[in-house]
Amino acid sequence: MSEMTQQRGRADPAVVGETLVEVKGLKKYYGGQGVLADPPVKAVDGVDFTIQRGETLGLVGESGCGKTTLGRTLVQLETATEGSVEFDGTDITELTGKQLKQWRRNAQIVFQDPESSLNDRMTIGEIVREPLDVHEVGSPRDRRDKVKDLLASVGLQPEHYYRYPHQFSGGQRQRIGIARALALEPEFVVLDEPVSALDTSVQAKILNLLEDLQEEYDLTYLFIAHDLAAVRHICDRVAVMYLGKIMEIGLTEELYTDPANPYTHSLLSAIPEPDPTVEKERITLPGTPPSPRDPPEGCQFTTRCPAKIRPETHEQLDAETWNAIERFREVIRERSRIDLSIRNRIRRRVGRFSKYDDIDETVADLFDGTGVSEEVMAHVEQAADHVKDGYPNRAREYMGEEFDSVCDTTRPDLYTVSPTNRLSYCHRHTDEYESVDSVLGRQSDGE
Amino acid sequence: MSTPPAGDDRHVPEDRRTEEEPILSVRNLQTVFHTDRETIRAVDGIDLDIYEGETVGLVGESGSGKSVTARSIMGLVDEPGEILPGSSIKFQGEEITGYDTKQYQNLRGSGIGMVFQDPLSSLNPVFTVGNQIREALKVNRGITGEAAREEAIDLLEAVQIPDASRRLGEYPHEFSGGMRQRAVIAMMLACDPEVLICDEPTTALDVTIQAQILDLLRELQEDRGLSILFITHDMGVIADVTDRVNVMYAGEIVEKAPTEELFAAPSHPYTRGLLEAIPGQQAGQERLRTIEGDVPTPNEPATYCRFAPRCPQAFDDCEAVHPELVGVTEGETEHTAACLLYPEDMSTGEAVAYHERLGGDSSGTDESGAAGDGDVAADGGRSTGDRGRDSVDGGDGR
Repeated sequence: MSEMTQQRGRADPAVVGETLVEVKGLKKYYGGQGVLADPPVKAVDGVDFTIQRGETLGLVGESGCGKTTLGRTLVQLETATEGSVEFDGTDITELTGKQLKQWRRNAQIVFQDPESSLNDRMTIGEIVREPLDVHEVGSPRDRRDKVKDLLASVGLQPEHYYRYPHQFSGGQRQRIGIARALALEPEFVVLDEPVSALDTSVQAKILNLLEDLQEEYDLTYLFIAHDLAAVRHICDRVAVMYLGKIMEIGLTEELYTDPANPYTHSLLSAIPEPDPTVEKERITLPGTPPSPRDPPEGCQFTTRCPAKIRPETHEQLDAETWNAIERFREVIRERSRIDLSIRNRIRRRVGRFSKYDDIDETVADLFDGTGVSEEVMAHVEQAADHVKDGYPNRAREYMGEEFDSVCDTTRPDLYTVSPTNRLSYCHRHTDEYESVDSVLGRQSDGE
Repeated sequence: MSTPPAGDDRHVPEDRRTEEEPILSVRNLQTVFHTDRETIRAVDGIDLDIYEGETVGLVGESGSGKSVTARSIMGLVDEPGEILPGSSIKFQGEEITGYDTKQYQNLRGSGIGMVFQDPLSSLNPVFTVGNQIREALKVNRGITGEAAREEAIDLLEAVQIPDASRRLGEYPHEFSGGMRQRAVIAMMLACDPEVLICDEPTTALDVTIQAQILDLLRELQEDRGLSILFITHDMGVIADVTDRVNVMYAGEIVEKAPTEELFAAPSHPYTRGLLEAIPGQQAGQERLRTIEGDVPTPNEPATYCRFAPRCPQAFDDCEAVHPELVGVTEGETEHTAACLLYPEDMSTGEAVAYHERLGGDSSGTDESGAAGDGDVAADGGRSTGDRGRDSVDGGDGR
């Protein structure tokens, strides 16, 4: 671990190697209780990682992947469904009442949207002082002085104490949010997209400020962002999340220059470089992430993965046909989630169901002109017939039996992929299958 | 699955720019907002050309006037905003600033389309997506009934929405963010526009979805010969999609260049600052460079450089002389910057005098703009403005 922090040359050697936060098997589900309820939304679906004292761990992923939920669960703004969060050796998911309130002083959060996270009716002084009031720190006079110090340390003026949030720009508001988070001198701060809403030049100032404060107050950060450039700048290690699961976690530079997981590959290749001469092999992911209510049984990323393992029987299909099949399966999956009205259910029962006849158009759109083999087409048509009969679930199973591979059926393990203990969640890291690099390399050569 | 980078063919050949007429041409556009206390000059005398089939970028921080420029072109500036007389916007050679509501509606229906930042607020939540696309088809192209449905499906397929026929019957809230933006683009295509104005179309989206939308726009441009004005604050996106870039600051364009040229040799101190503030460029870089201060609100005619208070290279004359857009080297017409440090090959004193001379000729425009009332003043402003413009061109040509 010591190599890791020294590589960036920032962390204090005295604090290296000490685990501050340890997350084990953390899950957060929404809904799903009761007999008749829909399946739960699996926002965070079993994650494990540790955060060392004094480091900055980045958490990146697309919207809806569960990164904010994870951050909120770490500071107990959400109650974990399963698993534990150990903070300095104490499992904080078990804390209640007084103990919890006492612990909260150690962990604070800075919210994404500086417009909605400050109370418009309170002055800046009151906003920053509120945590001190709640925890009854010192005398009112001490608190006031403390707030003025805090304002100065985040780059605001003492006279701002008596102003209201609407008198400040976005960047200044974010500074106020940071001052509030630091009021109780926490050890651990969750930064939930602190710069996403800001302009580039303001962003740079806030990032610099965060780095200065980390040094000054010995802070440990969890930096949540979807902006991969900011993460690369500020983080020591990065965790990449997709659909509630950590896909890859490791040292920042290593992960950016030599990603192991196919999702990390795609995510990094999608960042537009501010240099028009760079010729990038961009992997454009098809489709959208599946619903967290109904994640794939196997690897969460399987429906969009550019390096998906194919079943042996269909190894030889060309990329275009395979892609069409994947998109068709996505269409079926979405249709299977639609609830039918009672009228349509009766029609289905008596065999006069016609609502889904338009699936033919979709099939034509996807497969016409792709030179698809008759064998595959027969399977597709069989599945389309199930859909037309009103049973997209049967179509889904049918397509699954024919085209499922290990990626669809089995969850991968986290494999160690580098000497620095970087972990990646993909079946291709076993010797049984071709490596991710070789598959992606072949694809970009092929085109 | 991976798209080959566009490479060299992205660069519009020089001769094409000089020979053809621009499809959209903006000259001395001044859009102001009157408030009780002051008049905000949100767009303050900008020039912009878009040629057929090219993508022109407009980049700047929030509050620099990018969106107001777009709205001015679309005729969407309402009270208390006003496009000052003397401004000229020509679409296919025709002056459109004087258009009435009806004419603007026709223009928006068939000539210029616009895609906004937030797709959810450009879609009506109580109508299905199909309904809204069919409405656009009916109003703009008179297509109704089954033909409209067919066309709507084709359009959704053109923007790569899977299972298009079912999607037609769904409401905007049932679409994901990227899908909504695609639906909005489909509605724009229903109008079959010549020019598409994209106002931060990917800012609200994730990078993987942003990559999809950028690819889509590129394909549509190739298929339909669209011209695109692309507004964003993201330099990475600018580098990816545009042929030419205009950098905007406090209502003015401070630098113009072909994209590769701009990134290879940014000239205006502001452009340099913007590029240096992007994080994650090199590993191990300790601190990010920042631009001190904030974007000022342009509430008076510029008789000085608006960037001077934040500029690391400012000198005394910056407070006294308004910089004009001039070639970064003498005779250069493609790459221009509004900064007293240019043209590079002149000594500072010469350059300042040169800017003063150019500014002196066109300053009439600014004054008439500030007055903003009275036809005489406005007319006078326009003619001096034109004269000023000629001399600027002449100066560049030398």
